[in-house]
Amino acid sequence: MYNKQVEKTPCGTQDPQKRIHNFDEVAFTYTEEEAVNEASRCINCKNSPCVSGCPVGIKIPEFISKIKERNFKEAYSVISEDSALPAICGRVCPQETQCEQKCVRGIKGESVGIGRLERFAADWHMKNEEVSNPEIKENGHKVAVVGSGPSGLTAAGELRKMGYEVSIFEALHEAGGVLVYGIPAFRLPKDIVKKEIDALINMGVKIELNVVIGRTLTVDELFNKGFEAIYIAGGAGSPKFMGIPGEGLKGVLSANEYLTRINLMRAYKPDSHTPILRGKHVSVVGGGNVAMDAARCARRLGAEVSVIYRRSREELPARQEEVEHAEEEGIEFHFLQNPVKIIGDENGWVTGVECVHMQLGEPDSSGRRRPVPIEGSETVLKTDTFILALGTSPNPLISKTTDALNITRYGGIEAKDQSGATSRKGVFAGGDIVTGSATVILAMGAGKRAAKAIDEYIMQGKEWDAFE
Amino acid sequence: MYKITKKVYLNNTEAHITVHAPFIADKAKAGQFVIVRAKENSARIPFTVFDTNPKTGEIGIIYQIVGGGTLELDSLNQGDSLQDLVGPLGNPTEIEGIKTACVVGGGVGCAIAYPIAKALNAQGTKVDSVIGFRNKDLIILEDEFAAISDKLTVMTDDGSNGNKGFVTTALEDNILNNRQYDMVFAIGPLPMMKFVSLLTKKHNIPTTVSMNSIMIDGTGMCGGCRLTVGGEMKFACVDGPDFDGHLVDFDEAISRSSMYKESEKKSRDEACRIFGKEL
Repeated sequence: MYNKQVEKTPCGTQDPQKRIHNFDEVAFTYTEEEAVNEASRCINCKNSPCVSGCPVGIKIPEFISKIKERNFKEAYSVISEDSALPAICGRVCPQETQCEQKCVRGIKGESVGIGRLERFAADWHMKNEEVSNPEIKENGHKVAVVGSGPSGLTAAGELRKMGYEVSIFEALHEAGGVLVYGIPAFRLPKDIVKKEIDALINMGVKIELNVVIGRTLTVDELFNKGFEAIYIAGGAGSPKFMGIPGEGLKGVLSANEYLTRINLMRAYKPDSHTPILRGKHVSVVGGGNVAMDAARCARRLGAEVSVIYRRSREELPARQEEVEHAEEEGIEFHFLQNPVKIIGDENGWVTGVECVHMQLGEPDSSGRRRPVPIEGSETVLKTDTFILALGTSPNPLISKTTDALNITRYGGIEAKDQSGATSRKGVFAGGDIVTGSATVILAMGAGKRAAKAIDEYIMQGKEWDAFE
Repeated sequence: MYKITKKVYLNNTEAHITVHAPFIADKAKAGQFVIVRAKENSARIPFTVFDTNPKTGEIGIIYQIVGGGTLELDSLNQGDSLQDLVGPLGNPTEIEGIKTACVVGGGVGCAIAYPIAKALNAQGTKVDSVIGFRNKDLIILEDEFAAISDKLTVMTDDGSNGNKGFVTTALEDNILNNRQYDMVFAIGPLPMMKFVSLLTKKHNIPTTVSMNSIMIDGTGMCGGCRLTVGGEMKFACVDGPDFDGHLVDFDEAISRSSMYKESEKKSRDEACRIFGKEL
């Protein structure tokens, strides 16, 4: 029998009025009772559609039934067979468009809270179990991984388990990529990221910080140093701007800059020396997770915050939970508006953002209805800090310094879907540097597939052209 | 770790440190920069590579104490290590094919200008140098410039070295005296580079400026260092730091450079209190 409860077992959250004054995690982990109750909502249906919705194919019904049996240790083991970073994915995956979207319980009522259960199992493991290092049989081969974000960490972990000597090269002074510079602590506590990275280091993965591939070392130099294959997972790169008048005003910045100052450089802490703008009226343009993160950081630094998005609430690409949390925190959404001009004062500071109002027309290539400006509808939103969260374009540092590496029309590295193999023999690529801005879990999936392909390339001598 | 192997003060507020960083020493070319974090909680600060010694694996940078970050850096001495050092970043200065050049440096910008002048001299370019400072106590690198310049002019704003005026005055004198330049390199405070560029535009001399914008990562990720060049948005860290001085929107760059002034002042006051110094 299963638990017929129609709605997900609620998970506790920090009170919105309290949490807008701190950077502590917003959502709590299920208690054991809550987790067992939620797990028992799974009907263990025949076809397990949820698994097909998971980019890394976690055996979801299996781990959930272990939770139901209160065998939390086993539940974690089941997840970790397929996912390298469960505590992170449980927190940041857009489950509502992946596993949970496919859950049959979602047809009449709410889906099973798969993400919350994954997080529970991972947190239970972190709290209750000693990290045990898998036994590694060295195979004597060397692989370099460029970038220590979710894709690079996943690939490094997988390769190390297979016996490779793995070195990760990271451009910044701290490992974790977007997990440390992008995603704020209230959504993903930094000690969780650190534990995952420490686990890799304990397994013998080397992490070289402060090395910019394309500058400090090139791909060719990595080959010369004896690395037999290179996995490039350098992330998305450069922030997009809008090309509207006023982007050169003071108080206009990218979400990347704002979030990096706050997260990587800890500008929210009183002892940090990192300069940060503490605006009173902050506007963020964009509707993705990065926009939500920037808006919610600004709220925590004491601002009244507006989010400007050119489509309607329905089309918001951000994770549903983040939108709900943002609303609870008093962030005001301006839907169906698009900035056309940034207005400044005589000292060069932003004072307002002029937005044109939009209506939704026919669906575009993404399947979402295309926003169309309404002529003469412009209004001005009072703003002293304007943050652009419009995605990124691929960083050209590596592609520009590596011979025979083909790039796509969008400037990303061209790589085959299944393997990550690029046009250059021995070089694999994956994550945002290939796909453009995407999600942590997709980047992880690419890392996992690339690790497998690298193993086929090195150990089985698979022909380069045979990779798909 | 990035050990400081030598530290020499050039005057009260400027010092030359030598740091062990073999990767960078092997590779850095004139015009490129590094990003330094002095201590665990320090900001990331970009500095142009002043000199390199691939044999010993050392690089040198010159810094001026201006705020919290540089005060923290200055609290480190020979034998201490920098928390973080990354580079070389940015593109090397393009000097190929230049037969005659004038290198113009202002203040601590001379620490950026000198490696370029030296590289020009080394490839056989005939180099004039014009360097300017607020007063004679702040003059740095005079001997170094003298050794590689065909003609060196040292200016002070207050005339305390007997040569009163801005670098633009000396540069214009050179131009009017028919000293021919294929290229002028101007490195210093933004207003100085602006006025040098205005002057050379009038005389139709191609001009390269080095933009030391606000930045965090130095790899194109934050967009903080963006500036407008010829109507297009450029990132100083990956597209520069060198740009055509005649195309840079200096007024915007000058305005944007004060974006974090308030926050920086707080950090500076705090650091002054901790280190018991006045700036």
